[in-house]
Amino acid sequence: METRLSTGAALEIPPAEPGISIRHVIGRVLIYGALLLWTFICLFPIYWTVTTSFKSAVDVTQGHIIPFVDFMPNWKGWGSLGLSPDTIFEISTPRTEFLSRFANSVITSVGASLLAIVLGSLAAYGLSRFKYRFGFMRNDDILFFFISQLILPPVVLALPFLVLYKDLALLDTRIGLILLYTLTVLPIVVWIMRDQFNSIPIELDEAALVDGLSVWGAFIRIILPIALPGIVAAFILSLVLTWNEYFFAALLTGSDAKTLPVMVASQTGSQGINWWSMAALSAAAIAPLVLVGILLERYIVKGLSTGAVK
Amino acid sequence: MNQPVAAGQTEIVIADPIAPGRRLFGHVLLAAATLLLVGTALLQVLDVAGIAPVGFLNWRPLLYAYLVWAVALGAWQVITRGYIGQRALFVLPAALFTLAVAIFPTLFGFYIASLDWNLSSAEGPHFNGFHNFVSMFHDAYYWNALLNMGFYLLAVIVEYAIAFGLALLLNAEIRARKFFRVSFLLPFMLSPVAVSWMIGKSLMEYRFGPAARLARDLGWHTPAFFAQPWTARIAIEAMDAWVSIPFIMILLLAGLQAMPKEVTEAAKVDGANGWQAFWRVTFPMMLPVSVTAVLIRVIFKLKLADIVINVTSGGPGGATDTVSSFIYRVYRDRSNVGYGTALAMFYLVLIIVFLTVLLRVTRHWTRSVND
Repeated sequence: METRLSTGAALEIPPAEPGISIRHVIGRVLIYGALLLWTFICLFPIYWTVTTSFKSAVDVTQGHIIPFVDFMPNWKGWGSLGLSPDTIFEISTPRTEFLSRFANSVITSVGASLLAIVLGSLAAYGLSRFKYRFGFMRNDDILFFFISQLILPPVVLALPFLVLYKDLALLDTRIGLILLYTLTVLPIVVWIMRDQFNSIPIELDEAALVDGLSVWGAFIRIILPIALPGIVAAFILSLVLTWNEYFFAALLTGSDAKTLPVMVASQTGSQGINWWSMAALSAAAIAPLVLVGILLERYIVKGLSTGAVK
Repeated sequence: MNQPVAAGQTEIVIADPIAPGRRLFGHVLLAAATLLLVGTALLQVLDVAGIAPVGFLNWRPLLYAYLVWAVALGAWQVITRGYIGQRALFVLPAALFTLAVAIFPTLFGFYIASLDWNLSSAEGPHFNGFHNFVSMFHDAYYWNALLNMGFYLLAVIVEYAIAFGLALLLNAEIRARKFFRVSFLLPFMLSPVAVSWMIGKSLMEYRFGPAARLARDLGWHTPAFFAQPWTARIAIEAMDAWVSIPFIMILLLAGLQAMPKEVTEAAKVDGANGWQAFWRVTFPMMLPVSVTAVLIRVIFKLKLADIVINVTSGGPGGATDTVSSFIYRVYRDRSNVGYGTALAMFYLVLIIVFLTVLLRVTRHWTRSVND
C-alpha cells in the first residue's frame, strides 16, 4: 500500500503538460458550473418565496424578481399576517391564529421528538448491550420489529386513529398528535441510537458495573453523556420530520391543535393572486427549519447517514 | 455495523437473590393490574352495549388502565427478576408503546375495513364482510392510483442518479464545500405543504410564475404544468424529487467519504479513465450504500401524499393521484371510514409483499455483484 501511494504521488508531481492543464480547467469549469446550477435550483424557490412576501400586486403580475432594482419591497404580505413593523403592536386576528398554530407545531414536534428519544434510546441501548428472548423473538427480531414500523404509511393508521381518537376524546388534541408523531419517528431514533451505542466500547459499561453502579446507573451516568452527539442528531432529524408532518394533522385536528402545515394548506386555495400574504406565511413556516438546516447541518448529516456506511 | 456488537457480553454475574415474599408481592401486583385492565375493558364494553350503564363519557378509562398495567408490568419484572428485570425495562416502554399505537390500531383497521361506516351520518357502523374489498376491485380510480405509484417508484431511479451525481460533485476537490452542502440540503428541511405553494402554486403558476415565463421563453406557449396528465405527473414528481434528493445525496456522500482513497487512485494508475474507474470501482463499492438509500427512499415514496393533495388534489382526472391522496379524498368527500380503511389495508398488504420481494432481490443481486 505504501509503495503504491508514493508512486501515485510521484506521478502527479511532474509539471503538467499544457493539454492536461486545459483539460483540468475544463473539468473545473464543469464541476463548478454543475454545483452552481444545483445551488440555484435549491435556493431559488426559497429566494422567490421570501422576496414575494415583500411584493405588491404589480410586482407579482409583471414578474419582478430582484428587490430594489425591479421593485420596491413593502410590508404588505407581512402586514396581512400582523407581523410587519406597523402592525406588530396592533391587535391582529391573523397573527393570533398564526402564533397559536406556530405554538402547536412547536409543542407537538418537540414533544414527540423528546418522547421518541426517551423510548428509542432506552430500547436501542438494551438491544445493543443485552440478549433478549421474548417468545421466538431474539434481539435482531426485536430490532426489526421496531424498524419495520417505518413502512407503515400514515394512511393505514389515519382512519383507525380517527375512530379511536374520537372514542378516546383525543381528536384535535396536541397529546394525540404527539403520540402519533412519536410513532412515526421512533424507528429512525432506534436506528440512529443503536448505531451510536454500538460505537461505544462495552468496557465502559463493565467498568461502571465494577465500580458499583447499577445497570441503569451505568447507562444514565456513563453511557448517555457519551452518546450525546447521536441523541442530538436523532432529535434534530425527528424535529424536521414532525414539524413538516401534514397528513395526520390534516385528518386529526380541526381547530384547537391545528399545526402550521395545516394552516398553510388551508390558505393556499383561498388566497387567489394574493401571493404576498401566502409568501409571507410560507416563509414564516419554513424559516425555523431553514435556520436549523444552516446552523445544525452537521447533526442532520450525521443522523441521515447513520447506517449508510458499514 | 449490523453485527450485534458484543451483545450479551456484560454477563457480569451479580448476586441478586430474590426473596419468596418479594416475588409473591410482584405477582400479586401484576395480577391486580391485569384485573384492573380486564375489568375496565369489560365495564366499558358492557356500558357501550347498554347492558350495564356505568355512564362512561369515553374510552379514556381503558387508556389509563393500560398505562397503569404497563407500569405494573415493568415493576413486576424488576421485583420478581431483579437484575434481569432491570434489563428488560430498557425495551419494555418502546415495545408497549408500539403495541398500543401501531399494532393495535392496525389490527383494529382490519376490523373497520369490514364495516360500512359513514362517520358523518347518524347511523352507526354496519358489518358488511368483504363488500368493501369487492367494490375496491371495481374502483378504477384506486387502480389508477396504484398504477401512478408505479411511475413515482420508477422515478426513484432518476432521483438516485441525480443524487449520485451531486454526491460525486460534493466529494470532488472543491472550495466552499460547506456552503454547497448546506445549500443542497436545504430543500429537505422544507415542509412539503410549503413547497406545494412555493413551487406548485406560485413558481409554476400559469400566468405569473417564473417557471411558466421561462417555459414560454423557451417556446412552450401554454405552460400549464398541471393541465395534461403527463406534465402534471412529472411536475409533481419534480417537486417531490426536489425535497428528497438531498436525503439520498447525504447517504451516498457518506458512503463516498468512507471509501478508501487508494482504491480509486489505484484504478487511475492502472490506466482507467474517470468514467471507467467509476463503473469498475466506485459504483460496485457503493452498491450496499446505494441499496440502503434507495430502499429507504422507496419506503418514503410509498407514503407520498402531501404535495399531491395540496397542488392537484389528484387531478387532472386522477393522473397524479397517489394511493394516500386518493384515500384522503375518499374520506374527505364521502366520510366513508370503512371503505377508506379497506383501501389502506389492501395497500399495506401490497407494500409488505412488494418490500419483501424487493429486499430479497436486492440482497441476492448485491451478493452476486460483489462476488
